[in-house]
Amino acid sequence: MQHTSGTPGGTESVPALLRRNATRFATAPAYREKEYGIWQSWTWAETLEEVEALALGMLDLGVAEGDFVAIIGRNRPRLYWAMVAAEMAGAVPVPLYQDAVAEEMAYVLGHCGARFVVAGDQEQVDKVIEVQGELTDFEQMIYLDPRGLRKYDHSKLHQYSHVQDAGRAKRDELLPEIARREAKLDYDSTCVMLYTSGTTGKPKGVVLSNRNVIETSKSSSEFDDLRQTDDILAYLPMAWVGDFIFSVGQAMWTGFCTNCPESADTMHTDLREIGPTYYFAPPRVFETQLTNVMIRMEDAGKFKRWLFDVCMAQARKVGPDILDGKPVSQWDRFKYNLGELCIYGPLKNTLGFSRVRVGYTAGEAIGPEIFDFYRSLGINLKQLYGQTEATVFITAQPDGEVRSDTVGVTCPGVELKIAENGEVFYRSPGVFVEYYKNAESTADTKDAEGWVATGDAGFIEEGTGHLRIIDRAKDVGQMASGALFAPKYVENKLKFFPNILETVVFGSGKDECTAFINIDLTAVGNWAERNNIGYASYQELARHPQVMDTIQSHVEEVNASVAQDEMLSGCQVHRFVVLHKELDADDGELTRTRKVRRRIIEEKYDDIIAALYDGSTEVSTVTEVTYEDGRKGSISATLEVRSAKVVPVGTRMAAE
Amino acid sequence: MLDQSEGYTTADGRRIGGVVMEMRNITLRFGGVEAIKDISFDIREGEIRAIIGPNGAGKSSMLNVISGFYVPQEGEVWYKGAPRPPMKPFQVARQGIARTFQNIALFEGMSVLDNVMTGRLTKMKTGLWRQALWKGAAESEETANREVAEKIIDFLEIQAIRKTPVSRLPYGLKKRVELARALAAEPSLLLLDEPMAGMNVEEKEDMSRFILDVNDEFGTTIALIEHDMGVVMDLSDRVVVMDYGKKIGDGSPDEVRNNQAVIDAYLGVSHD
Repeated sequence: MQHTSGTPGGTESVPALLRRNATRFATAPAYREKEYGIWQSWTWAETLEEVEALALGMLDLGVAEGDFVAIIGRNRPRLYWAMVAAEMAGAVPVPLYQDAVAEEMAYVLGHCGARFVVAGDQEQVDKVIEVQGELTDFEQMIYLDPRGLRKYDHSKLHQYSHVQDAGRAKRDELLPEIARREAKLDYDSTCVMLYTSGTTGKPKGVVLSNRNVIETSKSSSEFDDLRQTDDILAYLPMAWVGDFIFSVGQAMWTGFCTNCPESADTMHTDLREIGPTYYFAPPRVFETQLTNVMIRMEDAGKFKRWLFDVCMAQARKVGPDILDGKPVSQWDRFKYNLGELCIYGPLKNTLGFSRVRVGYTAGEAIGPEIFDFYRSLGINLKQLYGQTEATVFITAQPDGEVRSDTVGVTCPGVELKIAENGEVFYRSPGVFVEYYKNAESTADTKDAEGWVATGDAGFIEEGTGHLRIIDRAKDVGQMASGALFAPKYVENKLKFFPNILETVVFGSGKDECTAFINIDLTAVGNWAERNNIGYASYQELARHPQVMDTIQSHVEEVNASVAQDEMLSGCQVHRFVVLHKELDADDGELTRTRKVRRRIIEEKYDDIIAALYDGSTEVSTVTEVTYEDGRKGSISATLEVRSAKVVPVGTRMAAE
Repeated sequence: MLDQSEGYTTADGRRIGGVVMEMRNITLRFGGVEAIKDISFDIREGEIRAIIGPNGAGKSSMLNVISGFYVPQEGEVWYKGAPRPPMKPFQVARQGIARTFQNIALFEGMSVLDNVMTGRLTKMKTGLWRQALWKGAAESEETANREVAEKIIDFLEIQAIRKTPVSRLPYGLKKRVELARALAAEPSLLLLDEPMAGMNVEEKEDMSRFILDVNDEFGTTIALIEHDMGVVMDLSDRVVVMDYGKKIGDGSPDEVRNNQAVIDAYLGVSHD
C-alpha cells in the first residue's frame, strides 16, 4: 500500500507538481480571485511564472534552505503562491491564523524562529511589528496590499510585487540556485508546517512532508473522483490543514481551480457566482445558511411558504434515497422533479450549490436535521473525520453510504484500531513527521510503529464498518455515581437547536450535569423582531424571560432524548444558565477553529459553575473581555439559574 | 500675494505644500443675521484642515462658502492662486472640489455602485445620445470609469454592498457610500460635513482611518467640519475654531486645545 519511493515523473514535491501542471494544463485556470468587481484569473502557466518570480525574489532577500516563512492573511492566490514559492526556495511555509491576536502570533513566530513573514495587509503587518521585539530570528517582511503602509519604515518591509520584480530582474543569475534547491526536494522533505489550534496548552507545530501531503491528496482525489475541471472556493483559514490540502494539495494533484472571494463579507455572493463543484464547510456554515433560509421563509408570503413546506416534505421523504441511488417509485420521482423545478433548484442556486458534486463537512458533529436538509435537496453532502496529524483524512463516507451519525469508513491507505479505553488510533501514509521542537509530545502521540492517538473516543459499527465518534477521550469521564459522562454528546444535541449557538456541559465527578448556553443572536434576534420584543444588547436579549423559557424547553427536550440512551442517561442537564456573552476565541474560550476549551472556561467562570451546584437562583458575575483590537474591558451581569425537568432513570447503570 | 512656496512638515513626516485655498475677510449675512464675520484662513495642499465650533457657530455656512454654494457679501475666496468668481455647483465640481453632506444626500433608490458612478459624471465626455446608445467611445468610457469606481469601492471596503440599494443600508454605511461618491470625482479638495455625526465609537474609528488613508493614498487635501473634539484633534493637522460667526482660534490641535478663548467657548464662561 505505502509508497516509499514516490510516484515517478517528478511529482515528489509541490513545486514539481506545479511545473507538471504548468505544462500539462498550461492554459487552464489555476487560481481566480474577485477583485474590483471582476474575477481575475491566472492559468497554471501564469501561476508558475508568478511563483517562480517570488521564489527568486525571496532568494534575493536572503531566504536560506530550511528557513521558516510565516504566511498570514486571508485566502488570496498570492498568499498560496507564497507557500509554494517558499518551498521552491527550500524553505518551509508556516501559515498562521489571520485572526490571531499579536501575542498568539508571537508565540508561533518565536517557536519556529521564522526569519521571514509574508503578510496580507496593514493589519497583519502591524501585529508582527508590535511583537517583533520578542522575535530574535525575525528579519524581513513581505506585504501584499500596500494600502496604509506608505509611511512605514521600509528597512524591513518589502512590497510583494517589488520582490517579484527583483526576482525577475535577477532571473538568470538566481535560477540555477532555485533549480538546485528544487532538485533536492523529495518525498521526505518538509512541505508545510501547520500549528494545531490546541484545545489544551500551547499550539504545536505539525511537520508534514511532501509524502504526507501528496499521497493523501492523491488517494483522496481518487476516492471522490476529483477532476481537473473542478472548482473550489477557498475561504477557510489558510492555517487550517483542510484548506492546505484542498487549495494546495488536491489542487496541485488534480489541477483544479482554486477561487478566492473578494472579502470575507462577500463570501456568499462569490460562492453563488463561482458555483463550486467541490465544497467544504464546517457544520456551523451549513447551520447558518439553513437558519437564514428559514428566517427568510418566515418572512415570505403565504403561498410561497405553503409551496416550500410541501416541496420540502417530499424532498425529505425521497431526496436522500434518490441521492443514494435507492429504488424510488415513479410517482415520487415525478413529484421530486416537480419540486426541483419549483424549489430545490432555485434554492440551490441561491445558496451557490447548484454544481456541487462532492460536499464535505467535518470538524464537529452536524445536526441530523441540517444534514438531511441539504441531502434531501440533492446536494451530495458527506462527513469526514480527520485531523492535522493525519493530513486530514482518517475516515470519509463513500457515495451511497452517507449517514449523519457516522463519520464513514477508513480512507484508502488508512488503518484503524480502537484501544481498550475506546480511544481511536490510526496509521496511514498521511501520518505527520513530528511536532516541531517537541520530541516528547511526538512520542506521546505517535508510537514506534506509526500508530497515532486521535484523542477521540469512538467505536467501529458492526456490519457497516463505519466509525462513530462519541467524544474527546479525555472529556469522557465518570459522574459521582459512576455513570458515563460524555459532555460533547449532550452539547451536540443542544446545539442542533437553531437558537443555541454554543454550549458547555459540566458534570464530571458530580451528581448532576449542568450547562452553560450561548444563544444564537441571528435566530433569537429574528424571533424577537417578529414578536416585537425590544432589546438593546446581546446581554439583554440573553436574559429575556421568554428566551429563557424557550431555552428551557430545548434543554428539556434534549433531556428526554438523552434519557433514551441507557449508557448516557445520567448526562441529563439539571440546571443551566444562559451566558451574558458569546464564548470567543479572542478571550481564549474557544480555539481558532471554534472548539470549546473546557479547562479555561471552568477556571474563568468558576463562580457561575459554583452557583449551578449550590442551588442559588441567580448569580452576579464580572467577566473580562478582549476586543478585536486587543484591548481589554469587563462586563458585569446577573444571570438567572434555571432548573430543567429531567426524566427519572430507574435502572441507573452501576459502576462495574 | 499668496505664498505658494512656504509649507511645513507634520509630526508623522508628511510634507504639506503651499496654499490651495484662502478665505480673505469673509462676511456672510442672511438678511440681518451675520453668520460669518470677517474670517480669514487658508487651506494648504495635502493637509487635513478642520473647522470646529459649538452649535450655530457658522461652520456649515463656512463650508458652503468654500464649496461656492454661498457667495459672501464681503471678502474673497482665492483658489489655486486666483480670486474665484461666483460659480454654479457643476463648475465647482469641475474645479476638483467634492463634498459630502451632513444629512446624507444619496440617490436612495439606486445601488451603491450607481451612486458611486454618479461621482464620475464630470469626467464623462461623450454626449447624451452616445451614452444612451452605449456605442464606441461611450462604452470604453464607462469601462474606464467603472474601474475607478471599483477601486474606490475596494478602498472603502464596501464590496459586499456593491449592488445593494442605498435605502436598505444602515446610516454608518451610507456615510461611507457618500464618501465613495465624493472620491469618485478624484477631487483635489475634499469637503466633509460632519463625517462622523451620529456614529458609534467603532464606526468613528473606521471613518477616521478611511479619512487618513484617503489623504495618505491619494494626497487629497481635506477640509472637514466635526463636533467630536477627540476625533478632530487626532485627525487634523490644523484647526480653525469658530464661535458666533467669528474665528476665535487657528493653529495646530495642541495650540487650539490650550487656547483660552476656545476653552471658554466650549466649556462656557460665567458672565458676572
